[in-house]
Amino acid sequence: MPLSITHTPVYCTDLDEALAFYTQQLGFEVRDDVPMGPEMRWLTIHAPGDAHDLLLAAVDHHIPSADRQAMREIVTKGDLAVFIQVDDLDKTFESLRAAGTEILQEPIDQPYGVRDAAVRDPSGNHLRLSQPLATQG
Amino acid sequence: MYGPRVEVAELAHLRRARDLLDREYARPLNVPAMARAALMSPSLFARRFREAYGDTPYGYLQARRVERAMALLRRGDMSVTDVCLAVGFTSLGSFSSTFTRLVGEPPSVYKARDHSRLTRVPPCMTRAWARPRWVAQPCRIGEAFLADRA
Repeated sequence: MPLSITHTPVYCTDLDEALAFYTQQLGFEVRDDVPMGPEMRWLTIHAPGDAHDLLLAAVDHHIPSADRQAMREIVTKGDLAVFIQVDDLDKTFESLRAAGTEILQEPIDQPYGVRDAAVRDPSGNHLRLSQPLATQG
Repeated sequence: MYGPRVEVAELAHLRRARDLLDREYARPLNVPAMARAALMSPSLFARRFREAYGDTPYGYLQARRVERAMALLRRGDMSVTDVCLAVGFTSLGSFSSTFTRLVGEPPSVYKARDHSRLTRVPPCMTRAWARPRWVAQPCRIGEAFLADRA
């Protein structure tokens, strides 16, 4: 393959909260969790069997100090997003709701061939969950 | 722009109130109800919301309703009146004037445009991009821009 994505950052205001959410609530697995001192922690997660990692990037680690407050505000205001696909959207959604996750959109069938829903991760990122709609026949 | 006094915890409350607007735009929401979602007094909420999101809560709600109306009109199978009621407006007159002010053309004219280029874009992105005043240009300019590039 000539080209592939290896790591995509998800900016988080609290890494431990983010890690618990993405692993315990959604089923991601930790690839690497490497403490590198107070200013850095290399924390990557992946879907089971998937080579593409999400880099859980703490604002306090991955953003220069001069820009941290601005980045923290951007994340918290809720305009950054992550898109993931799940096998059983309604089941995942209901377990997220039962865990007290902030809900943005109940599951609905979309005209372009997926059923999707949306929640907030603990940092305020818009997490969009989708499941391909079964093809007819 | 928001000022330095806006704390991150307060921004999370404001975000929850904005999420409420985005979710329940079709209900008769008012500023006190929105402020309760943000755990603030109505006057503080209105001020802080504007600092954080660049619009008044009511202005944001109107823009959200118009943006949803645009999505329903693009489907082509609903009348302007049905769309008006579906997104939370109670009078066709105020819907038409608000829509025209934000979008730059009346709902019936917008409905008649060719919107086929937007079908591959997830609705949440169309929504962010097409939201009136989200970007400096009205959405119809954006669609004209896409057509020009084809």
